Amino acid sequence: MEFSYEVKDSYAEVKADGRLNMVSAPKLREFVTDVIAGASNRIVVNLENTAFMDSSGLGALIGCLKAARQAGGDLRIAAVQPQVKMVLQLTSMDKVLTAYGSAEEAFSDD
Amino acid sequence: MSRFLTRLVVVLTVITGVNYIAWRWLASLNWDAWWIAVPLVIAETYSLIDVMLFGMTVWKLKIRKGAPPPPHDATVDVFITTYNEDLDMVMTTALAAQRIRHPHSTWILDDGARPELKTLAEEHGLGYVTRSEDWTSNLPRHAKAGNLNNALMQTHGEFLLILDADQIPEPDILEKTLGYFNNRRVALVQTPQYFSNVPADDPLGSQAPLFYGPIQQGKDGWNAAFFCGSNAILRREALMQLGLVGYVKETEKSIRRALAASRSAIKQARKSADMETPLVAKVLDEVEEATREAQQELDAGGALSEITYRVRRRVDAAVQTLVMADVEALQADLEEIAAMELAHVGEAGVPVVADDAVQRMSARDWSPLGALESVQAVLDALSVERNDEAQPVMPLATISVTEDMATAMRMHAMGWASVYHHEILAYGLAPEDLKTMLTQRLRWAQGTIQVFLRENPLVQRGLKLGQRLMYFATMWTYLSGYAAVVYFAAPIIYLLLGILPVTSLSWDFFIRFIPFMLVNQLLFAVAGRGIPTWRGQQYSLALFPTWIKACSTAARNVWFGRPLGFAVTPKARQSGGPSWSLIQPQITVSVLLAVAAVVGIIRLANGLAEPLGTLVNVAWVIFDLVVMSILVRAVLYKGYEPAAEAVVLINTERNPDGV
Repeated sequence: MEFSYEVKDSYAEVKADGRLNMVSAPKLREFVTDVIAGASNRIVVNLENTAFMDSSGLGALIGCLKAARQAGGDLRIAAVQPQVKMVLQLTSMDKVLTAYGSAEEAFSDD
Repeated sequence: MSRFLTRLVVVLTVITGVNYIAWRWLASLNWDAWWIAVPLVIAETYSLIDVMLFGMTVWKLKIRKGAPPPPHDATVDVFITTYNEDLDMVMTTALAAQRIRHPHSTWILDDGARPELKTLAEEHGLGYVTRSEDWTSNLPRHAKAGNLNNALMQTHGEFLLILDADQIPEPDILEKTLGYFNNRRVALVQTPQYFSNVPADDPLGSQAPLFYGPIQQGKDGWNAAFFCGSNAILRREALMQLGLVGYVKETEKSIRRALAASRSAIKQARKSADMETPLVAKVLDEVEEATREAQQELDAGGALSEITYRVRRRVDAAVQTLVMADVEALQADLEEIAAMELAHVGEAGVPVVADDAVQRMSARDWSPLGALESVQAVLDALSVERNDEAQPVMPLATISVTEDMATAMRMHAMGWASVYHHEILAYGLAPEDLKTMLTQRLRWAQGTIQVFLRENPLVQRGLKLGQRLMYFATMWTYLSGYAAVVYFAAPIIYLLLGILPVTSLSWDFFIRFIPFMLVNQLLFAVAGRGIPTWRGQQYSLALFPTWIKACSTAARNVWFGRPLGFAVTPKARQSGGPSWSLIQPQITVSVLLAVAAVVGIIRLANGLAEPLGTLVNVAWVIFDLVVMSILVRAVLYKGYEPAAEAVVLINTERNPDGV
């Protein structure tokens, strides 16, 4: 699992490459918290290269969403792969988070 | 063969039972004494349903042949939950857990946050977890469920072995159970809870051989074996999934509730005195518009995170614009004043409103909305952060003081499977005095009734019919307190007053009742395969005040939000002399029964009662008194005395009040 981020005009794009599971989930949480504190409270998590996500990974995303909101910003997700989409539906998390086609689209309305 | 025999006896029980109860309802009721006749027939119907549910349970009794070998790379966290138990006890369990053979990490989940325990854990290379800083004092702690939920966020094993602080595990507990998880649908493996400090005659009824035996094995056959809080292995993925589903459900519920309340909140705010300020009125208009839009988006299936985000942005922007307008007006005023008093301003120039004033005054505590509490509450609830809980994701159910059953039921409803592994793999310590035992039983019963009232298994989506009935069966047994009262009252009423709830005690009665009674006892003997079930039968009747109290307090808690603990078991000495006050209702009933028997015999001698009725009712009294007699032994019980070994780890104070 590899995390990286890039600051764009109105948001920071976080990339989570690899398998986002119970082992890497806490690390994502930590990473995003640092980005919120250091770069931007508007976060797009780009899941383009996230081949697999489990419920712990999703749980970490909720934690990140909460952190971003508490900092006065927001967190959005983009470019989800089929397996991730399935997990989102299975847990009904798609009712909470919209999966955007690409990172650029995520904050385009705001 | 054994299975065929069990099923045969189940069928016979149902036939004889329905035959008897149908006759009771249709042909035997003494309507002149309806006030006892009807309660009695209802109590008997209750018992018939109870035994039919038991029959259904053992119908599918599943005897497993052991798990396949475990996947060698499975990662496991062993959780030892503690709050205020004796440190020696916790460490004995923790060190035994450390010696479990399959690779794992051992964690002490110390809800008491005791520095001494932390030091001990570190000295022995054990993990030590206390609540994170998210659990601030204004948020609910959810007792053991909260303790486990907190630890789940700080660890990352694929499987979790959960142990109470007194449950000393065998080194092979994981090797024997992990293999079940090779089936990807399995989320839970429960093993028995067995107590090592209980004498053979078990005066407090601590061992539950019928439950950790035919009942759980039967439930297992229906894929409904449930989690009992300790000595169980859980799949993290299943728990996290429950947490997520719960999070979405709670968030949506809270948003819908807030939107429903917003109209009246805004109306109320408009009436308040602050409306003099046009600024507040404008902000309220904006809030109203934003919530109306949110409702529309919600109805159209919009994502909750975005709906709430837009409301917040819109309201914040409105507040900011309006505060800005105010500040600009203030600045203009200041400049005007300065212009008028130019001479006095001098070097300092025109006073300037601080740069961050707008931001400061728009922030929550200063905002003009801050004064309008009802509106602010609506806006706070329109969020996806679940600010009323320490963690947005709560994997273990928190709707009940017995988080275990509720969690298992939700897992089953999501399509997960469970396993009951019938082999003792951990040895615990049971309460050694009646008071602690009663407190513990009260809690279990309260928790079960809470689940029944909050998430009635009969109407939970996702459960199969068999699973619904298996959960319902356990809840049904806890209603026995009411039936017991009727069973005690009926013979007293006959013997004292000569009032019989049935039209006559004739051949018609005995030919129906006796076969049912006999087959019923046979069913327990066959299904129990020789395990002692008498103690359990005694306590299910004798603890009727506990069961009734559990039902009434749980109902008050669920329906009226009253705390469960307001009616705890009365204070009594835990050591020292016997505490008869704990069983005062039972003593009263027993005395009444005995007096009734004597009066009944006197009435018979004087020709005021008929022989058959008196005989049946005196026999009934004797049965009731034999059932209650266990309480005398329970009160006099002085604690476990092992044959030879020194008394280690035996601590009668490990279960505090109201925990």
